[in-house]
Amino acid sequence: MILLPMVLVPIAAAAVAYLARPLSLRLGLLVGTSVLHLYAVGRLWNGTVAPEVGGWLAIDALGLLVVSLVSVLFLVIAVYAAGFLQTEPPRGGRVFVSGLLAFLSAATLVAVSHHMALLWVGMETTTLALAPLVYHRHDRRSLEAVWKYLLLSSVGIALALLGTFFLAAAQTSGRPLLLEDMIAGSGSLQPALLQTAFIFLLVGYGTKMGLAPLHAWKPDTYGEAPSLVAGLMAGALTSCAFLGLARITEITMAAGQGEFVQPLLVAFGVMSLVVAAAFMIGQSDLKRMLAYSSVEHMGLLVLGLGLGGVGRYGTVLHLVNNALIKGLMFLAVGNVVLVTGSSHAGAARGILRRAPITGILLLLGLFAVTGSPPFGLFLSEFTILNAAIGQGHPWVAAAMLALLALIFVGMAAVVLEMIYDPPLTEAPPVRESVLLVAGPIVLLALVLLLGVYIPPALQRVLTEAAWGLGGGGAR
Amino acid sequence: MSDLHELLLLGVVLTNFWVLGTTRLSSAIRATAIQGALLAALPVALHPGWSLHIIGLAVGTLLVKAILLPTFLSWAIREAAVRREIEPLIGFSGSLLLGTIVVALSFGIAQRIPLPESESALLIPVALATVMIGLIVLTTRNKALTQVVGYLILENGIYVFGLSQAERVPFLVELGVLLDIFVGIFIMGIVVFHINRAFDSMDSTRLTELKD
Repeated sequence: MILLPMVLVPIAAAAVAYLARPLSLRLGLLVGTSVLHLYAVGRLWNGTVAPEVGGWLAIDALGLLVVSLVSVLFLVIAVYAAGFLQTEPPRGGRVFVSGLLAFLSAATLVAVSHHMALLWVGMETTTLALAPLVYHRHDRRSLEAVWKYLLLSSVGIALALLGTFFLAAAQTSGRPLLLEDMIAGSGSLQPALLQTAFIFLLVGYGTKMGLAPLHAWKPDTYGEAPSLVAGLMAGALTSCAFLGLARITEITMAAGQGEFVQPLLVAFGVMSLVVAAAFMIGQSDLKRMLAYSSVEHMGLLVLGLGLGGVGRYGTVLHLVNNALIKGLMFLAVGNVVLVTGSSHAGAARGILRRAPITGILLLLGLFAVTGSPPFGLFLSEFTILNAAIGQGHPWVAAAMLALLALIFVGMAAVVLEMIYDPPLTEAPPVRESVLLVAGPIVLLALVLLLGVYIPPALQRVLTEAAWGLGGGGAR
Repeated sequence: MSDLHELLLLGVVLTNFWVLGTTRLSSAIRATAIQGALLAALPVALHPGWSLHIIGLAVGTLLVKAILLPTFLSWAIREAAVRREIEPLIGFSGSLLLGTIVVALSFGIAQRIPLPESESALLIPVALATVMIGLIVLTTRNKALTQVVGYLILENGIYVFGLSQAERVPFLVELGVLLDIFVGIFIMGIVVFHINRAFDSMDSTRLTELKD
């Protein structure tokens, strides 16, 4: 019994954190719980875990990847939050810490649940847990952001529920909505209902991922939420939403519906790249820029999934890279905001002089997030590009290259301006708190490591996950 | 009891049109309350066995959809002093026409969906029509509160669809009711109240500061 405690302990910690009085105790709970969570994830890597709660909770390669990403990113963000909340007026901490811990619980539930309705519950709870955090500043702009976030996410979640109902209707044998039983009995799934279910779940979880044209909430939400919350959303929440889409893809692929599923995924992927590139050129706010970058990377994930073949491996590798790099970038921008009060290229300048460590992190992060070697994203994007050529989609490959180049130009313009331009007002460099730079440095090291060396244990899990995404056919 | 559920489903469609055609918010809220009561009676009419599961579902639905949420919404419009929906994106007669098209479309689509063991021929078309009408209200109206009403109608449609699976898959429909509570607490309690305070009106078209 390890999966259920991994879900329940964080939610219990959230309740305690809400009642606990001093900020230091809350922060201790936050960091302590995330360390414990990471320890449990380590146990999952070392040895097999039996399914729990009647098979509703189980761990497979893809779920293991997602829960590991969530755990690593959460620990980094928890440490960062400890630094961030100390710079804040004493109002907060209470809702903030509880919301973060509730999110950890819900995201873990999504990752380990093998029941499509339970997965949906987890997904709904992630939306709910982070909403008050988006509204952290309590002003007009953040209100507008949280309104759009809630309205659009709720519609997405509602459509995903409808898709789950269709999925239940499509199933004629086995325990209802259980992943293993659906894949094992995929031959007896009703094709028309399964296709309808796929469309609703694609639109529903696609909204939560922020695939174009369902991304409207994303720039506003990421732009207005505190950077660390945006980082958690762009790294962990999107990974969970992708897992929801990946589960239904596994089922439909196992049912032999590849010809129906794959073109849809490729179309959404290419569309997301186009939209991201179009809005990143001339964008001057770095947080909004990163939101469109997230649209781009989500597009790449479904593109690899849709292309199939080696593209699936590219997708799971990209999932890992994306989560790490998004955490790094948003935390670095968070530091920029703390130093200059803005994430806008016009106002936040001279970062290299004012906050040298953050400046260097931002510079290296720029190259990493745009997929330059030797960082991990180069490898995964290259694999997806390879799949486009190998699976007979040369036009997709050409479009992908052109759009990625545009995105690099758009992104570099803003980041380089921020880093190198002279500051608006002369001020001495600030002392950068260890809590605020340690996490991003760890994430950068991991992204760099994944670009040059993938440990054998990870390699095995990645291959296994990619195999599952194809519906688990011939190995 | 075989005809009762058809009557109830017909009532659901009528309340949809009521919401589409009304300018007054209080009237739209009354329509959703009546729709909620119809939906609460629906599982009992569909599965006349008086099982604990069905009774619980009916009571829970009545509480949440017919009493709790409408009361909450009425409280919110009093608090915010909004009465009418002004200048929707598509006019009221236009949306009624659109609603009619949607209902016709739903019957067409429902015939092509091969659902097993459907208890009522009307169940699926009404579910689809309600989902789509909810989306219409959600996307064409300006007041934050009307959008919430649209969202509730969308959910009601999903609930009706879920009833077709209630026997086979336990707790699935209950999830939909859970979603209601989620919306009730969050969109309503926090956001609507604050939109009122920060903007002096609950017009979501005023929420236009963030754009590219």
